[in-house]
Amino acid sequence: MALRFEILGRFNRARAARLTLPHFVSQTPLFMPVGTQGTIKGLTTSQLEDIGCQIILGNTYHLALRPTSELIDELGGLHKFMNWPRALLTDSGGFQMVSLLHLADITEQGVTFQSPVDGKPMLLTPEESIQIQNRIGADIIMALDDVVKTTITGPRIEEAMYRTLRWIDRCIAAHKRPHEQNLFGIVQGGLDPVLRDICVKGLVDRDLPGYAIGGLAGGEDKDSFWRVVAQCTAALPEEKPRYVMGVGYPLDIVVCSALGADMYDCVYPTRTARFGTALVPQGVLKLKHHAMANDTGPVDPTCECMVCKNYSRAYIHCLVTKDAMGSQLLSYHNLFYMMKLSRDLHSSIINGQFPKFVCNFLQKMFPKGDVPQWVCNAMEVAGIDITSCCSPFS
Amino acid sequence: MKFSVKAWSKGGGRAGLLQVGGCSLETPALLLTTRKGLPTFISPDLLSSLPTPDSRLLQFSPLHFLEGISSKTISEMGGLHQMLGLRDHVFAANPADSITSIPDYQSSNKIGASFETPSGRFLVKPGQYVEMISSMKPNMWVTLADEVPAWVSEKRNRASVDRTVRWLDDCLTLTIANNTGGAILGSIVGGSKIDDRKRCAQEVSKRNVSGFHIGGFGLGESMEERSALLSAVTEILPEDKPRQICGLALPEEVLQGVAAGIDLFNSTYIYHLTLGGFALTFPLEEIERHGFSDRLSDNVRDDGTKINLKATIYRKDTSPILESCKCYTCQNHTKAYINHLFNVHEMLAQILLEIHNTHHYLGFFRKIRDAINQGTFEEFRQNFVETRRDHNAGATTAVVATLSA
Repeated sequence: MALRFEILGRFNRARAARLTLPHFVSQTPLFMPVGTQGTIKGLTTSQLEDIGCQIILGNTYHLALRPTSELIDELGGLHKFMNWPRALLTDSGGFQMVSLLHLADITEQGVTFQSPVDGKPMLLTPEESIQIQNRIGADIIMALDDVVKTTITGPRIEEAMYRTLRWIDRCIAAHKRPHEQNLFGIVQGGLDPVLRDICVKGLVDRDLPGYAIGGLAGGEDKDSFWRVVAQCTAALPEEKPRYVMGVGYPLDIVVCSALGADMYDCVYPTRTARFGTALVPQGVLKLKHHAMANDTGPVDPTCECMVCKNYSRAYIHCLVTKDAMGSQLLSYHNLFYMMKLSRDLHSSIINGQFPKFVCNFLQKMFPKGDVPQWVCNAMEVAGIDITSCCSPFS
Repeated sequence: MKFSVKAWSKGGGRAGLLQVGGCSLETPALLLTTRKGLPTFISPDLLSSLPTPDSRLLQFSPLHFLEGISSKTISEMGGLHQMLGLRDHVFAANPADSITSIPDYQSSNKIGASFETPSGRFLVKPGQYVEMISSMKPNMWVTLADEVPAWVSEKRNRASVDRTVRWLDDCLTLTIANNTGGAILGSIVGGSKIDDRKRCAQEVSKRNVSGFHIGGFGLGESMEERSALLSAVTEILPEDKPRQICGLALPEEVLQGVAAGIDLFNSTYIYHLTLGGFALTFPLEEIERHGFSDRLSDNVRDDGTKINLKATIYRKDTSPILESCKCYTCQNHTKAYINHLFNVHEMLAQILLEIHNTHHYLGFFRKIRDAINQGTFEEFRQNFVETRRDHNAGATTAVVATLSA
């Protein structure tokens, strides 16, 4: 194990912790921006530090193709290659193969897929995924899991869960740098509480440095989503970090944190920025909209970021989806928003102000009090009273 | 705006001091070409990592804003400085920018100049143009010109001078009517005809302008005829006003312009280099004394002034673009990383490269100023040009040798 996880404060199930990784001491709850190919699109590493990013995610699949894990290893690892002094996490590569590629075929041996380089069939085994991630050298590496869409039902879900459990042993056995890199296991099992439970127990038996809740944020309904998170966070050990994969909507992060999750990742904040959408306390602001052309106010008047301090909605409007600068400035703002959200979650839990923070957050996002039912349900389980921001008629 | 010449070099090159918008800027200087007021890939927080005040001079085209944002909105915000959050910077407006606002001489007519832009073709009349200037409030601005390439007929060339002078008068009249601020740089055209160039320079210098913009270069005239054309113009212009030029971009062209007494240049060269994956690498420290050939051994791969970071030889190169360079990019990143970024089409490649190239080109201008001030500009220019010519000759020989081997 190459991490220390110290819980600094709690509110019911929610927790704020200090997560000490080989390259950085981070504060949870935290959002991890996705830097697929060794860069967060449009931002320099010094800007990411200014924004307050703590852990960046790299995609193993992309990095293994270009520049290749061998090259990254030869040049001293991904930290050095991209000059990022803080923490890194790499995924297993399995998800991209299934989601990006046709004809990906999952067998007991591993994931067979068509090489995007020459079209030949290639095989990614748990051993190979770990070997590649060992070469890339991130602070946290992820086990290869058998990913199925949550919207699929039937025996395939069960097969995937058991396979994920069998593969975790192969991953552990293949992991050559356990004192420098932390291998996280991934809980699978679709929306079935029985399968999720078996998977959690199986993984906890392996005593891993941390655990991820996988297979979510894939189009399932929100009530199923939070119930799986709630079930898993309740069953996972207290003293280990919990990472909900693929979650990036601010509302989801607040709900999951209330339920006891610690880490999140998603392309959403940066991708939506490139399409001209800003994250604001009220939800989203579409800068492409004609109404923005004459709006001389900042993107978010309450935001302290470089973009909001300097630029009007009108100016950003004339950049978005036309000039690279539009993507750069909005990505900066959106990541700043996510990091501020992470910091606010952390400090409000420590200061005993977490329910107040949640209520404020919901009030801004749902000023009419129309907080979605699933959020109300989740908050009830989390023991957070949000009646003050829900309209009595809802 | 105030301008004074501080030193002359033998051939007519000059070093000066331009005081504008609260900045004291030494000339010859580089104006950073922008897209909508910001360098193409350098956000304002990164812009501040470039040397100041050298990087404070920004050039834009008011035509960038014809779509997306109204002049009225820009005016409500208080002008370009406020809109861009760059209150300490100096903005110079020029309708043409040779990247996204390109003069279209065939569609220009007696009522206005035509430009090709990403939003389509626009015919801009002097009245409209001055209105845009009034709302954007740049520190200096170039009057509307009818720029034509070197190959047009004598008649068309004469017409371009007549129109440009007439539009200058229109601009001056409208400026008074609109109470437009900013220093006016009168446009001088005349294509590749010495007589037309002279006539235009004479007419424009009779007007009440703060400086001059020499347009219509880089449009098909040869490097050989250019020096004579440039001198024909600058000899007529009063010494105490700054001269800006458009269309001279390469290092040799800049040196040619400086020798003819030009003070202000723009950085479209940086833009094109950056998009192509090129990084400037000529060592700034050594040009003055002995050129720079000894530093660059592998002359097949580059032309002695720049390298292409897309080339596979940089795949594993963990050195910065230039060891001695103090720019953000060279201080933080390797050639291998930038090569990877280009390979996978990541925007950060252009960001890092534009920072380096801008930093380097600003350094080149600083060296030019130093050389003029020290009275060594002629040697400096000769060294630079000869070294590069030798280098290219060497490269050609090497290629021939390779081919025949």
